[in-house]
Order: sequence, then structure tokens, then C-alpha cells
Amino acid sequence: MTLTVRNLGFARARQPILDGIDATFEVGKLTVILGPNGAGKSTLLACLAGLLKPQTGTASLHDIDITNMAPTARARQIGLLPQGAETHWAITAEALVALGRIPHMRGAGTSTDDRRAIAMAMSATATEGFADRPVTQLSGGERARVLLARVLAGEPEWILADEPLANLDPGFQLDILNLLRRQAEAGKGVVAVLHDLHHAVRFADHLVLLHEGQLFAQGSVDDVITPANLAHVYGIDANLFNDEEGAGQLFIKGKVRI
Amino acid sequence: MKPRSLTSLLLLLTVAAFLLSLIAGKVWIWPMSWAADNADGWIFLELRLPRAVLGLCIGAVLGLSGAVLQGYLRNPLADPTVLGVSASAALGGVGAIYLGINLLPFGLFGCAMLGAGLSILLLLAISRNGGPVGFILGGMVLSTLAGALTAFVISIAPNPFAASEIINWLMGALTDRMMADVWTALPFMALGVALLLPTGRALDALTLGENGAKSLGINLFQLQWFIVLGVGLAVGASVAVSGVVGFVGLIVPHLIRALYGEQPSKLLLPSALGGAILTLTADSMVRLVPGPSEVRLGIAMAVLGAPFFLLLLLRYRKSAA
Repeated sequence: MTLTVRNLGFARARQPILDGIDATFEVGKLTVILGPNGAGKSTLLACLAGLLKPQTGTASLHDIDITNMAPTARARQIGLLPQGAETHWAITAEALVALGRIPHMRGAGTSTDDRRAIAMAMSATATEGFADRPVTQLSGGERARVLLARVLAGEPEWILADEPLANLDPGFQLDILNLLRRQAEAGKGVVAVLHDLHHAVRFADHLVLLHEGQLFAQGSVDDVITPANLAHVYGIDANLFNDEEGAGQLFIKGKVRI
Repeated sequence: MKPRSLTSLLLLLTVAAFLLSLIAGKVWIWPMSWAADNADGWIFLELRLPRAVLGLCIGAVLGLSGAVLQGYLRNPLADPTVLGVSASAALGGVGAIYLGINLLPFGLFGCAMLGAGLSILLLLAISRNGGPVGFILGGMVLSTLAGALTAFVISIAPNPFAASEIINWLMGALTDRMMADVWTALPFMALGVALLLPTGRALDALTLGENGAKSLGINLFQLQWFIVLGVGLAVGASVAVSGVVGFVGLIVPHLIRALYGEQPSKLLLPSALGGAILTLTADSMVRLVPGPSEVRLGIAMAVLGAPFFLLLLLRYRKSAA
């Protein structure tokens, strides 16, 4: 049960954004894609979600090229939480979560399966309390949970999240990370693009570090988050240590002096 | 009120507005004389019936197109004129009047549909892969160009009568239409509606933005084709048969949104009904205003619609504050 990219390359207006990426993502794991701004993280995620067609190489789900899958079949297996938390109309939280069922819907109205999946997604994200409130009136933290519930409602095997923590306060960031973590533990494949290295260190099972469109390193936290890698990719002087509870933590001292 | 009972109410109002449009006018024609073999019967069959049917269809088509476009562009200010199809169809009609083609059977309708058709093709070419922004810019360019050319044709009209005929037609009216007009326009409108009604679910998905919609398996390219063709055919035919009737497509989805909530798919059918009610009622009113000639429907709609819309905006601002 893997999502695999082989020799994946993508360019926009002849400007290469991704080049020769080889990586494997597994179910039951929370994989975090890291890299500085412009490294190609969101592009990689878009290729995994089937939104972009790579110009070279392939992204495949269980050995089936994602770009060859029927869009609805793909949508049932790969859920995407896009960047920016867009919600354009003041529809209720429940109606928004119900949008996640679109790939499963045939004909008009919702089936019992749809209603069960919506209820489960809302209870998993503790959003039932404001099911009837318009999403535009929710706080940022509440809306982020509702948007995640929308993805869960589709019951995809894979959950891809593009910067799911942007503009959230620390408590809400941890809420979302814990929810993603729980989904991975429940057997889903979770892939998230994150900016915060501290969160990546604390929550990721597997890391993919991109640098200028190329795969710089991948593996466990200890393999990838090394002082040498961080200095080279981010230009920061940082190292891992274990806190008093034995959990890995990252300490960033400052920029690298040249 | 529950959406289902609201829709029943709208259906009832549509029937009432349709009946009013059949009955009301300088001469009131009550149902008992509809089948009569006298002047009343003839007015009913030759004038009232086609006029009421056209009012119903045009209103429905404009309301539906407005709701679809607002959903697609995720912008409550969009209306069927943003695509430039109305302006292009109007240019075709104006050209037909200028060249005298309107005297041929279906000459005016044909030219207006040709204008609409060309603008649809241009739009599809311009906005290929462009998404909504390319789409709206293309529409604006088409609108401006067609408007300028229309003004040019009026300015070179050979005599004041031709100019006034063109301007009169442009202002939009349902006066003196025949059953033949109904039968020519109806297939285009029906096809347009058939393309637009199934877009609801894709419009809902766009609430999450373009990437969100795509990730739900929505084919945005196909959606754009459905919308350009659907709106183009339906609105093109409505302009071809009645001139430009503004405001319905903008205002009706707003009123419906206040009743049904903002989910785009829930607005499509009610907006069609609302458009029909508004157009039929306004068209009945223009017949009742005393005077030697009728107020043009397009003008009446704007005069009725604009203050109403302002009121709505003021109330909205108050509730938002």
C-alpha cells in the first residue's frame, strides 16, 4: 500500500520546479514534506494528488499511474486538504463536510453511507457542536477542523495536506497535527507539507526534505534532521536533543555563519 | 420555511405570474374568452400566449444563468452579461436590422444567434486552460468590443428611423412576439438549461477553491464547456428573441440566496423560477402603465430592480456591521 514517485520532474515555463524525485510514501505513517520556500513541496503534493501531470517520471498509487486514474476513482482514494483554507460561500459546517462525499455520490441527495461518513468525520474532529453554523462565522481553528473533516468524510485511504497549519494559533496547530497523527495510526497514509521544523520533528514518522526542486534527504527524523542538512538546506545552525521526557526536540540557535 | 415548501411556493407564484401575464393588459382577457372566436380569443392566441411563454422561458433562463455564473466565478456580482454573449447577440441583431435582414423570416434571430455562437467559440478559445480569470477577462473584452461595434452601427444608420428601430430593439421587450418566435428560441434555451442544471454539484465543490474541486474529481475544463455553451445558447437565444433584458440574472440569485442559503446547487432551480416570476410580473406591469406606447421591459426591469437591489445592499451592510 504505497504512493510512489519515480524520477518525477515538473517545470513551469521551462523553469524546473521538481527534478528527478524518487520517494515512497506508506500507509500507517505520517510523512512530512519539508523544504524552504520554493523548494517544490506544494508541487510534489499536487502531483501526488493528481492535480498536476508530471512532465517526466510518474506518481503512482499501488503501481497505477495517478494521472491515468479516473478523476472520481482517484478522488475516492486520495483526499486533499488544499492550501489557503478557501471557503467561498457561507454554507453550514455540515454542508461543507458533506462536500467530501461528492466522489461517492450518484444521483441527488445523500445516502445512509454518506450521512454515516459525515457524522463520523465530524465526531473525529469534534466539529458536531457547530454543524449548523455558517463556516464564514467560525474561528480559524474551528474552520481548519471543519475543512479537515471534509477530507475525512470522503473516507480516502490517503490524506494529503498542504500547509494545514498556516495562520493557526499554536493550540489549533497541535489539534490538527494530533488529528493527522490519529489518522495515520488508524492506518491511513498521511502526507503533509509543513513549514515548522519543530512540529515535523515531533509528529513525523517519515521525512522528505526537498531543496531547490531536488530530493535532498529522506528517512526517519534522526536521519534527515541533522545539523549538516539543516545548515545546507535552510542555512540555520540547529540540532536535535532529547527533552526531559525523552522526546526529540529541535533547537535552532540562529543562522549559519559563513 | 423548509426549502421544499419554499420551492412549492415559488412554483405556485410562477403559475400565478404566468396566468397574470395571460390575462392582464390594455385589454383584460379572462379565461372564459381564451377559446372564443372573437377579438379577445385572437389576442389571447396570437399575442398573449407567445408573450407569456417567452417571458417564462427568458426569465427562467436568465435567473438560472446568473445563479450558475455566480457559483462558477464565486462572485455574487456576476451575471449573464459578464460572458459578453448578450452583447455579441445584440450586435448580431443590430447588424441584421441595419442590413434589413430582419425582414426575412428568422433573419434577426439567426444573426443574433450567429453573434452569440461566435462569442461562445471565441470565449472557449480565449479561456482555454485559463480558469475563471481568463474567462471573465475574455468576456469583458468581448462585451466591450461588441458594445462599441453596436454603437458604431447605430452611428452609421442611414436614417433616424433605422436608428430608433435599433435602439428600441436593444432595450429589450416581449411586445408582438409570435408563436413562431417561441418555437425558434425554445430549443436553444432548452439545450442551454439541460447543460446548466447538472452543474450544481461541481459548483458546490468550487466552494473549496479550484484545487479543492479538482481533488474531489471535478473536471473543471468540462465544467467550463458546459457553462459557456449552456449560458451562451440560452442567453443568446433570449437576447435574439427579446433584446437585452438586464438585472434578472444579477438580482434573482441574490433574492434566492437570502431564502435558500448560499450553497450554489440549491439556488439553480429556484433562481430559474424566481427569474420567471420577476420577468412575467414586470412584463405584465409594463402593459398596464397608461400611455400611447409601452415602457420597454428592459427599462422597467432596471427601474424596478435597481432600487430593490440597493435596499438589499443596505440591509446586508447593516446586518454585516
